[in-house]
Amino acid sequence: MKVAITGMGIISSIGNNVEANYHALVNGKTGISTIENFETVHKDVIKVGEIKLTNQQLAQQLGLDSDNNFSRTAMLGAIAAQQAVEHAGIQHINEYRTGLISATSVGGMDMTEKYYYEYFENEACRKYINSHDGGDSTHKIAEHLGLKGLVTTVSTACSSAANAIMMGARLIQSGQLDRVIVGGTDALAKFTINGFKTLMILSDTYNTPFDHNRKGLNLGEAAAFLVLESDDVVQKENKKVLAYVSGFGNANDAYHQTASSENGEGAFLAMQKALKIANLKPSDIDYINAHGTATPNNDLSEGRAILRIFEENVPEFSSTKAFTGHTLAAAAAIEAVYSVLALQNNSIFPNLNFNTPMEEFDLVPQTTLKEKTIHHVLSNSFGFGGNCSTVIFSKK
Amino acid sequence: MKTCYINGVGCISTQNTFETEFLSEVTLNETENVLFANQPSYKEFIPPAMIRRMAKGVKMGIAASTKALKEANLDLPDAIITGTGMGCVEDSEKFLKAILDNNEQFLTPTSFIQSTHNTVGGQIALGLQCKGYNFTYVNGAVSFETALLDAKMQVENEEANNVLIGGVDETSSHTLELFKLINIIKSEADKPYSVVTPNSKGVVFSEGASFFVLENEKKDNSYASVQAVSIMSALEMDEVQDYIGTFLAAHDLKPSDIDAVVLGNNGDSEFDGYYDSTKTMFEATPQVFYKHLSGEYNTASSFGFWVACNIIKNQELPEIVSLNSLKKEKYTTVLLYNQYRGKDHSLIVLKNAKT
Repeated sequence: MKVAITGMGIISSIGNNVEANYHALVNGKTGISTIENFETVHKDVIKVGEIKLTNQQLAQQLGLDSDNNFSRTAMLGAIAAQQAVEHAGIQHINEYRTGLISATSVGGMDMTEKYYYEYFENEACRKYINSHDGGDSTHKIAEHLGLKGLVTTVSTACSSAANAIMMGARLIQSGQLDRVIVGGTDALAKFTINGFKTLMILSDTYNTPFDHNRKGLNLGEAAAFLVLESDDVVQKENKKVLAYVSGFGNANDAYHQTASSENGEGAFLAMQKALKIANLKPSDIDYINAHGTATPNNDLSEGRAILRIFEENVPEFSSTKAFTGHTLAAAAAIEAVYSVLALQNNSIFPNLNFNTPMEEFDLVPQTTLKEKTIHHVLSNSFGFGGNCSTVIFSKK
Repeated sequence: MKTCYINGVGCISTQNTFETEFLSEVTLNETENVLFANQPSYKEFIPPAMIRRMAKGVKMGIAASTKALKEANLDLPDAIITGTGMGCVEDSEKFLKAILDNNEQFLTPTSFIQSTHNTVGGQIALGLQCKGYNFTYVNGAVSFETALLDAKMQVENEEANNVLIGGVDETSSHTLELFKLINIIKSEADKPYSVVTPNSKGVVFSEGASFFVLENEKKDNSYASVQAVSIMSALEMDEVQDYIGTFLAAHDLKPSDIDAVVLGNNGDSEFDGYYDSTKTMFEATPQVFYKHLSGEYNTASSFGFWVACNIIKNQELPEIVSLNSLKKEKYTTVLLYNQYRGKDHSLIVLKNAKT
């Protein structure tokens, strides 16, 4: 059973709303830049997908009081979720049984790392102690929307938002809820920058997904949310459906805590399950929005998994991470928005910065904007802990 | 639609719950504001070299899940779903402290790798070579309940024949100090602490891991079946009765159908009022409490779930967890209600598998 998408919202380094993101995608305008919003010793040796708005500007946009204790993660999430709800034309959020499932990797780490020691000296910053855990950002978003109901959070590292979409779809399919706002949010933090730095998978320049000479990823920050609604609500409210979640699959690579297996077993299983649930053949997929982080390990493993599924007939594929950077738990949410935009506009967005095909296989991503009739988009997201997720979005 | 049965359990808590009969060795605490887990020897579950490297939460998760699987006589579950409120705080703190103390230099990746919230679920999958569905929920006091709800849907819809679920949280020194600063943890000055008659703000903080095997098949060793799960983000105190009443009615139940109600009272004078209306609603029903034994942490409700499972299986309500001294001859339908600081309310109905 398909689940309708009736609204979406996004804030990323390539734009503060859906239109701005689309504009950047079709014009090949990257959001990768030098970090400005906070100090880090790695400032000059890394590039990031940073949203060029300060916390004060975000708070102002949300109309928050000065004594608010929103982490940046919560603020980005609230902005994107609010857009999604408005886009879906929802007037009374609790009119139907409505849930919120967000995803985050490090939650309020941006504030924790800022005040870690200062908490003991300065009472004024202690309001942020309770903003650390993943659930806090989700509660903040729910409160901002006035939503009371099933509110929960997924954290499976870089695949988190795909899993939030999956759980949301499942709750509607099983009749538990009529409407679920699903997505993810993550703010840049020293914690993740240094984490990926120690793993030596941060590029010192613009990331180049699926390129033979790829040097690693650029971290990014973003939030995006989709409104999923049951067929009943769609009919009753005469809703415009943007696209459908038609299939999803989650599997574990069970290979290594952080690295992907050489043959992309988990990714293969996730894609296979999603196709089965969507009742589609690989040849029905018109575009793959790849995870494509531009790390040596991911792109090789994912490429092999794609070849195992699609064999000789790999459809056009691209990674949009050269635009946005890897936005961790938000990645699958912003890429869900891009997948829906691809369906709506019959457009495949370019995989920027690609020059040299990898020598391990014959896979070349779509490097220019391409117009093509698109019925089904397959979107991949993989994370630490072996977590592999695939969501399929369909026009009908 | 299939029914979801609980066929195996494993519980590590501040009490000796891992190697003993149900609550046969418990101690009551009135003087410590932080309680640490009574950990088993991990030797039979984890290779020695890894025992040293792994954080407490991961080890507790592996041991508790191994026990639950063994009891259910299951080698490889179709899915693994964990819930954790604070995640792997020990490694998070370690990595963050290293970043701050060394000005982002000389870092090693180990603690970062182990800091993600899904480390426990990932490590269990790695150990079992389980390539199935693997989720981790991180939403305060409903982290475990979301895992339960997800698993229940999958078992009922026949997407999975069996699912390993668990709630796990570990303590870590810096976070404990921060929680003391803002009185999440009870002040030393407020001793002795009491859950039955709360007289101070905050909670006795702790840690633990409770894992369960859910299956679509009733077995001789089944504990109970999971009938219904509900999650509600926030409520005012005067909305609780209505929330419970509506939930019961939606599942064709009346308060009088409930044979025992398991409450999440944690001794916080500011928020335990949330349970008062429930106590009134279930005045004639045996009332159970458990956080005087487990302490409070985001997934302490999974300890309560373990208590409820055992009461149903044993058909006996131990004195130590009885709140109003009422008993019943049969425990067929049991309701669990938990919340934390007015947020993350959850209701669960368990039913005796033999009826």
